[in-house]
Amino acid sequence: MKVELEADKCVASGQCVLAAMDVFDQDDDGIAVLLEETPGPELLDDVREAVAVCPAAAIRLVEQ
Amino acid sequence: MNRIVVVGASAAGLAAVETLRREGYDGTLTLVGDEPLAPYDRPPLSKQLLASEWEPERLDLRPADDLAALGLDLRLGVAATGLELAERTVRLADGSEVPYDGLIVATGVRPRRLPGEGAHVLRTLDDALTLRDRLGPGLRLVVVGAGFLGAEAAAVAWRLGAKVTLLEPAPVPMAHAVGTEVGAMLTAAHVERGVDLRCGTGVSEVTEDGVRLADGQVIEADEVLVAIGSLPNTEWLEGSGLSVGDGVVCDEYCEAARNVYAAGDVARWYNPLFGTSMRIEHRTNAAEQGMAAARNLLRPAGRKPFAPVPYFWSDQYDMKIQAYGYLRGHDEVAVVDGDLSERRFVAAYRTGDRVTGALAVGMPPKAIRTWRQAIAAGAAWDEAVRTEASPTGA
Repeated sequence: MKVELEADKCVASGQCVLAAMDVFDQDDDGIAVLLEETPGPELLDDVREAVAVCPAAAIRLVEQ
Repeated sequence: MNRIVVVGASAAGLAAVETLRREGYDGTLTLVGDEPLAPYDRPPLSKQLLASEWEPERLDLRPADDLAALGLDLRLGVAATGLELAERTVRLADGSEVPYDGLIVATGVRPRRLPGEGAHVLRTLDDALTLRDRLGPGLRLVVVGAGFLGAEAAAVAWRLGAKVTLLEPAPVPMAHAVGTEVGAMLTAAHVERGVDLRCGTGVSEVTEDGVRLADGQVIEADEVLVAIGSLPNTEWLEGSGLSVGDGVVCDEYCEAARNVYAAGDVARWYNPLFGTSMRIEHRTNAAEQGMAAARNLLRPAGRKPFAPVPYFWSDQYDMKIQAYGYLRGHDEVAVVDGDLSERRFVAAYRTGDRVTGALAVGMPPKAIRTWRQAIAAGAAWDEAVRTEASPTGA
């Protein structure tokens, strides 16, 4: 599975970092940064949580 | 459980149906929405969409393929009109009845209005597109209500060259939510740009020429936007036996009656983290509560209280405002980092002896994340302010 992040949609809420801190971080302006484009299976539940809580619908998890 | 109905097809309803499928529910799943549109995002309506920076397609919350993959019985463009708790059916405006084993109510809110015709409100995509068609240089726009929605719309209209008058009944806008000092600071951003802000000004009605104030004076305008808060959409539940009082009244699990849950703007639930019942009209809460309600409905044996730290953001001019926690009814506000006058600061909010909120403008994410943790942990005010506040804080 691959994570897609549309950074120009990001509203800097940081919800993704709270849900999946091994996969996402924020830059100094708060904009989400993808740390791991293809996270391991143990992280997928966290990523799905991040997709669901992102208030800008800026994250997608897609089948490779 | 083989039939679940989710009423309300916006952020909370979408989060609920996605969570149900993700958690393995494979029965019939009906999603009812009164608007004829697939779930879309509302915060950009008063920001990028109103400013014509984004077109409506960008507001889709999910690509059509992702939505189709959920295998929904999708009923869009049809409102729910009634609920029979005993018979476990939802009545729809097209006359159909939908039976359920489990129900999630996520019907949201609608704008409060003023007497008189012809004013804009800002809740739906249609509302936003209608208003943005009018915005432009020289337009005389009166915005009634200087809360976050009115302030965001005023900022966009000003940027597009409109002559904006912002009317607010309270002495300081947003003071009940963020405190007097922070409210005054946010307000100053409008005044210094030439927005005609008039506080302590009640509006009695919308007229053909503009608005009539409580004192009888008329302010002329080409367009009027009314942004004076919202009302929960609970009329369809009247007589159903559900407890309704400024929202659908729920317990800490978001349950309103057996196998009936509520989520999002319409839900009034008991948040054990703050020890109070609350109804939150924030985008992030809609998603989180939709997820929580879905999980609790599906797995009653393992259900968990919904105890989030609320979060909201607002974009006005060059300011991004972010807040965590429950700021309403706070006893004290203290600037704990940065400087209010420079519009770069973190303010912490105390209720009783605890840290219950934090609001930041222009600060890096880590500066406010620490305070979110303090709120989530129910940290004592004295200790948190002593350990977290920087020496330069006021």
